[in-house]
Amino acid sequence: MIEARHLLKTFRDRKRGEVRAVDNVSFVCEPGRIYGLLGANGAGKTTTLRMLATLIAPSGGGAVVAGFDVTTHPAEVRARVGFLAASTALYGRLTARETIAYFGRLNGLDDARIAVRTAQLAEELAMEDFLDRRVDTFSTGMKQKTSIARTLVHDPEVLILDEPTLGLDVMAARGIVRFVRECRARGKTVIYSTHIMSEVEKLCDRVGIIHGGQLLAEGTLAELRQQYGEEDLEEIFVKVAGGEAIA
Amino acid sequence: MKLRDTLTVYRKELRDALRDRRTLVSMFLVPAVIMPAIFFLFGAATYQVVKTAKAQPPVVAVLGGEESPSVRAALAAQPGLVVVPAPDDWRERIADKRLRAVVEIPARFDALLASHAPAEVTIYHYEGEFKSGFAVGELRRFFGDLRERALAERLVERSLPAGFARPFEIRTENAAPPEKVGGNTFGGFIPYLLILLSFTGVIYPAIDLMAGEKERGTLETLLCSPASRIDIVMGKFLLVLTVSLTTVACSLLSMTVSLIVGGIAMVGTGRMAATLAGEQGAATLPSLDPLGVVGVVVLVLPLAVLFAAVALTISLFARTQKEAQTYLAPMVAVVILPAVAGLLPGVELNSTLALVPVLNVTLACKELVSGEWPWAHLALIFGSTCVYATAALAGCVRMFGRESVLFRT
Ligand SMILES: Nc1ncnc2c1ncn2[C@@H]1O[C@H](COP(=O)(O)OP(=O)(O)OP(=O)(O)O)[C@@H](O)[C@H]1O
Ligand SMILES: [Mg+2]
Repeated sequence: MIEARHLLKTFRDRKRGEVRAVDNVSFVCEPGRIYGLLGANGAGKTTTLRMLATLIAPSGGGAVVAGFDVTTHPAEVRARVGFLAASTALYGRLTARETIAYFGRLNGLDDARIAVRTAQLAEELAMEDFLDRRVDTFSTGMKQKTSIARTLVHDPEVLILDEPTLGLDVMAARGIVRFVRECRARGKTVIYSTHIMSEVEKLCDRVGIIHGGQLLAEGTLAELRQQYGEEDLEEIFVKVAGGEAIA
Repeated sequence: MKLRDTLTVYRKELRDALRDRRTLVSMFLVPAVIMPAIFFLFGAATYQVVKTAKAQPPVVAVLGGEESPSVRAALAAQPGLVVVPAPDDWRERIADKRLRAVVEIPARFDALLASHAPAEVTIYHYEGEFKSGFAVGELRRFFGDLRERALAERLVERSLPAGFARPFEIRTENAAPPEKVGGNTFGGFIPYLLILLSFTGVIYPAIDLMAGEKERGTLETLLCSPASRIDIVMGKFLLVLTVSLTTVACSLLSMTVSLIVGGIAMVGTGRMAATLAGEQGAATLPSLDPLGVVGVVVLVLPLAVLFAAVALTISLFARTQKEAQTYLAPMVAVVILPAVAGLLPGVELNSTLALVPVLNVTLACKELVSGEWPWAHLALIFGSTCVYATAALAGCVRMFGRESVLFRT
């Protein structure tokens, strides 16, 4: 469960002055559902998700993630969250097994539990062949699998995924989509940010369209189609975002 | 703070560092190579210069003295010198190092000597030039001998005893123990090297662990684990400190080996063994007080903490590894400057200097390797360095808690 209430984040920027990267954003993500955060570059997706993952603190408002307040209990939140972003990289000189063990230990698992989880994840993600090779020799797809394994090592109830398919080829991206669906099937709460319409159409139970830091529209795909009188999500997005940008 | 998380981060960073060729080079290879290189290359180079200078007799020219054939003949017969007639441009030739020195014999020198009249011989040379100085030494010896012989003849002429013109002799003898001589001559240099290496050892891992992780995106991965930021930064700090101290330990080891091997090569096995055994009179080779070296290491400990914390903070502040390098490279000068100031003759330890970071440790080390233990100053130095180190570490931890620094774009 994720409940964001009037989330606000301002940055001080030397050129632009005070930037409201996230401005009064509220939404709820239910367990067993995938919530899609759809937005263009600079819309505020990463900033929102980083606040939910307690990497950065909100300037105003708040959020309750997996039953804990992000401001008062950040460590408890992180222990129940798996955060995966295009920007979260792996240590090149560790093997896949060592990577999983490292994050398992940081999540408080003991050696026996780590061994069990490693075996489970390696089987589910078909990682057995490269489990003991160093990450810097991996293909992008292998790295992606290792990243998923390290995100899931502590079996988190909430998954926060920030453009996880960025830079992946079709096959690797499909792998991610399948993994997200499996997480939903296991009853996890998933929030998924992207700017790719087709991913939202394939995956998401609810969609929030974020633009200029503000959540401008929200609902199931069917609700949004009805509300804006358009079939195509891209058309809906353009309408919500206030027309075509001419620049 | 959870010790388990700090140790988890530390163990992972240690494993990572031991797989990184660049860390290994800065930790083991640099000290293992630099120390013997300094001892042997410099020693061998000096030895070679002296040997070649001695092997080739210096070319000197004679000005005047046409009426004094006997002194000219004696000079030409001198085995350590090659005498040539003075060319017109002899001054330029000295400046160009084509002539080592020129000696000017006054007019009628032989006659002046015979008549007991005063006379003056002038040697022209290149001030501060090693080979010219060597020629001057030979010329001085020749004319000194000539003067001694003339004096002896005059004493005989007047039936005076040989000691008549030399009422007493002056003799100097070293009374300082060899470790003090060592402390004063090259003793200042050793702690200086240790200080420098404890800092250079810190640079690469500090850059890699903060700016490097930020740039590669692994820091964000680490931050989204439940480990608290203080545990993460302490684990990283401990690794940087480990690398720094390992560098120091390797340097010490390599230095000891170089000293013993180099000592044997220079003075022979027997005398070296006698020196090591501390036999009286055997030790003409300057040595260091081993207990003092232990003291040096104790003082370098808090300094390494200070260096590690400062380097990590600077690296944390940088956006990229390149930027971190740009900030940290000039820091080497900041470390070298006070260390070199401590090597200057006449700069001695006092209560004010005992509070100046880096400089204070250099000065204390000079005393320690000489077997001197100025306890009050040592306490002040150790205490103040610990205070600076703690402050720097606290600053580093604070900085690591700032999201504007962690997520700089
Ligand atoms: N650390 C920061 N300091 C200053 N401004 C920032 C910072 N992080 C983000 N911003 C600004 O906040 C706004 C939202 O950025 P954010 O990264 O959240 O967008 P995004 O939706 O993730 O975009 P993208 O698709 O490019 O990833 C942008 O204008 C960005 O420039
Ligand atoms: Mg983003």
